Amino acid sequence: MSDRHGSVEEDAVERPARYWVLRGIAGIVSVPPLILVSAFIGFGALARDTGLDLGHTVVMTGMVWALPAQIVLIGAISAGTGIAATIAAVTLSSVRLLPMTMSVMPLMRTEKTPRAVLLWLSHYIAVTAWVEAMRKLPALPRSARVPYFAGFGTTLILLNLCAVSTGYLMAAVVPPQIAAGLAFLTPVYFLISLSAAAQLTADRAALALGLVFGPVFHLVAPEFDLMWTGLVAGTLAFLVHRWRRRR
Amino acid sequence: MNTGFWSLDATWWPYVFILVAGWLATDIWRFLGVFLSDRLTEESEALIFVRSVATALVAGVIAKLIVFPGGALAAAPMALPLAAVAAGMGFFWGVRRNLFLAILAAEAVLVGGSLLL
Repeated sequence: MSDRHGSVEEDAVERPARYWVLRGIAGIVSVPPLILVSAFIGFGALARDTGLDLGHTVVMTGMVWALPAQIVLIGAISAGTGIAATIAAVTLSSVRLLPMTMSVMPLMRTEKTPRAVLLWLSHYIAVTAWVEAMRKLPALPRSARVPYFAGFGTTLILLNLCAVSTGYLMAAVVPPQIAAGLAFLTPVYFLISLSAAAQLTADRAALALGLVFGPVFHLVAPEFDLMWTGLVAGTLAFLVHRWRRRR
Repeated sequence: MNTGFWSLDATWWPYVFILVAGWLATDIWRFLGVFLSDRLTEESEALIFVRSVATALVAGVIAKLIVFPGGALAAAPMALPLAAVAAGMGFFWGVRRNLFLAILAAEAVLVGGSLLL
């Protein structure tokens, strides 16, 4: 390993793992984590609007740790959806975590990294941590990547548990217009960042069709609207992608 | 299996709901990703399909939050969130590709509008 990567790799041998953990913690100070914090402040306000306890909100944020899935979960909770349909909707909404995890793991692992450590770190993967990992890890020596990401990811989660609690508590004391603004942060943040991340025809079509079909299915089939939106709009988007590719 | 989040009058039930329908439903993909990480590529057609479904689902939820908002947002007329979203998207794609400023633009329209109305 070290002969292929040259001097950077040998440099790293001098540094203990805790140095890289601290570097990961310091990596929090940048723009994407700041945006995520404001989105989680907004999610806290949204969760309060839905009628959740602070405890539900914090546990949900730590356990799910993926805002899109949490929004789907909140949507199902406020609609009174049964647990089976909720599992289906949340599972469908978070399929993107599979390709994301699959693309980060080869960057992170060494031959010695225990699988349990990778499973633990995989829990941190969501849009923000994924973007930061893809951006920062390749420049680090391989042995530094696991401790760096562990420091970064743990800090990011803890920071956002504070953010979500702050948003939840703030929503009660600020004027209703500001509370509405906080709850509005989540849909706006996702709409703009999803449109920015949509590179393929399939992604763009899925975004546009989902925006149209979501409200339509909400009116037509409120019980399973999320699943229908995903399946119908997603399949149509895939067909558009196939059709464009064939031409 | 039709039991919803609010259906049982027990403190523990919502946490079980979150654990099963939240944690398990998301971490299953991450764990699978760890095990499969050297077998699939991000460009494969199956993954494009799966991602389309996921993107459409999230887009549907976003649209619902904007068109049929609950809580504090529900008090504003429906045109206001739509105008705010248009301002944010217009800023991002027309003026400057800066997520932070685009969100600020959308929030300015929403909060400013609801203070004036």
